[in-house]
Amino acid sequence: MASMGIDTPRRRAAGLVCTGILVLIAVAFLAPLVWLVLSCFDASAQTSVKFPDHPSLDNFRAVMNTDLAWRPLWNGLLLCGGSALITVLIATLAAYPLSRYQTRFRKPFLYTVLFATGLPITAIMVPVYGLFLRLQLIDSMPAAAVFLATTSLPFAIWLIKGFIDNVPISLEEASWVDGATPMVALRHIVVPLIAPGMSVVLIFTFIQAWGNFFVPFILLQSPEKLPASVTVFTFFGQYGAVAYGQLAAYSVLYSMPVVVLYLIVSRAMGGAFRFAGAAKG
Amino acid sequence: MAPRAQLAGEELAGAVGPIASPRRARAARATRHLPLAPALVMLFLFFLGPVLWSIYSSFTNAALTGEGAQNPQWVGLDNFRRLFSDPNVTNGIWLTVVFVLGSAVIGQNLLGLAIALLMRGRSRWLRGTVGGIVVSAWVLPEVVSALIWYAFLGQNGTLNQIMKAVGMSGQDWLYSSPMLAVIIANTWRGTAFSMLVYNAALDDVPTDVQEAAELDGATGWRRLWSVTLPLIRPAIVTNLMLITLQTLSVFTLIYVMTAGGPGFASATLPVLMYQQAFKFSEVGYGTAISLLLLAIGAVFSFVYVRVLKPEA
Repeated sequence: MASMGIDTPRRRAAGLVCTGILVLIAVAFLAPLVWLVLSCFDASAQTSVKFPDHPSLDNFRAVMNTDLAWRPLWNGLLLCGGSALITVLIATLAAYPLSRYQTRFRKPFLYTVLFATGLPITAIMVPVYGLFLRLQLIDSMPAAAVFLATTSLPFAIWLIKGFIDNVPISLEEASWVDGATPMVALRHIVVPLIAPGMSVVLIFTFIQAWGNFFVPFILLQSPEKLPASVTVFTFFGQYGAVAYGQLAAYSVLYSMPVVVLYLIVSRAMGGAFRFAGAAKG
Repeated sequence: MAPRAQLAGEELAGAVGPIASPRRARAARATRHLPLAPALVMLFLFFLGPVLWSIYSSFTNAALTGEGAQNPQWVGLDNFRRLFSDPNVTNGIWLTVVFVLGSAVIGQNLLGLAIALLMRGRSRWLRGTVGGIVVSAWVLPEVVSALIWYAFLGQNGTLNQIMKAVGMSGQDWLYSSPMLAVIIANTWRGTAFSMLVYNAALDDVPTDVQEAAELDGATGWRRLWSVTLPLIRPAIVTNLMLITLQTLSVFTLIYVMTAGGPGFASATLPVLMYQQAFKFSEVGYGTAISLLLLAIGAVFSFVYVRVLKPEA
């Protein structure tokens, strides 16, 4: 708004008020984070916020071992990386015919997919637990990864179909003349062109899965199979009251990968938020 | 794009090998949809399957242990009769409504809109810093946000330290006002999404419309109410539907912060569902609650698809 009209004193005052409110909001959003940042360097941290008497990396040293941090982080990588790869692969396969061929079922199917993106996954966890129990899949990491992938499929199909819609069909027509099957055309012509979009979906699905606590909490049981999202919580339950500093350090370690990935994605998208727009098809 | 894709479909039918008979053509039409199969199998097995199973088992006394676990009996509408006469469920529905209205519709939505509006015309540096701080709350994993807020609102937490510093007496917020605590935490966590949606929407508002309104003498508030808000109405509707759907199914934040307590004071439907099914081992009853949650979600999701009417 500063760009239009003349700069009057009244407008300058309004601008200062806006800046003041924004700074207050930013401080309020920052306040809860202060505890996390200060506590992870304070070996004697409690829930209260205070500057560490002897700032050190002791908390990180204490949690950086196989049982506490490395194995859960590795499990998280397997579980979430696996589910993100499955999601992108299956969604791309499904999106191709949905983008290219016209059938009676296409539209209802796409609307059902969009409808499914809105359903609360939390609500189906009790029946899914029953299903996994019956199929003896409880505590199986591959099964949990496939389930996580299924929960993100509808959104991924919707996004990737949008990407394929934007690839001009003429490129594929040329390959058909040379006798290429649709699957060959998908692999060699469409996928290279939509690769940037696919990698954004891949990273986005990974971030979602990495933060998911409820699904592995319900479907996995053995401590050596749990991903970091669950072990941070169990650490809180077991040692939280005595070792808040270590809990904070552990939380920072667990949060680091998704913060870095988010920075990469937002850079790649030019800092703009395009998912809301992309979801509109 | 749609007509073009349709054209491609016709052309492709001719391109898949030399078509000698109608039977061949039908086979080709069937195989080209084969890539959909893995997605369909997964969605049927892990999405539709559980939903149908939950409809069935909510009519039984299925349990995790004991007799109900071995051979669940058909109990008809018992679970639903119990559902609607159970004060904890009525309370859970009410708390879920309060949680969605408080943290999503009012908290995230209005705060997100306010931040996006205040950012208009501010310096790049200020926008980047404030936006970055708000987004960082959104990027953190849910469990970590819950722990941070647990520490912030506890008896010795940061909030009480601030209040003591200005001479007010503190209290254990998670115990004295658990709903307010989880609503504020969820607002903190989710505001970035609304802010980003409204930032993008406001970027698309043409400046000449604003200028015309200003020349006509419309004040700031008047311009906002009669020009800007109507122009970004589609974004408001989309945002409200999306954050409502997300907030309906919030489990982790509440479970880690208060575990639904004290008592049932913050047991929204997802938390109540978990407690019934896994803590009290009544899967049949827990499923009935999850079905209720699913039905509420389905209504919102249906409205969302209808309102959005995307070009499929």
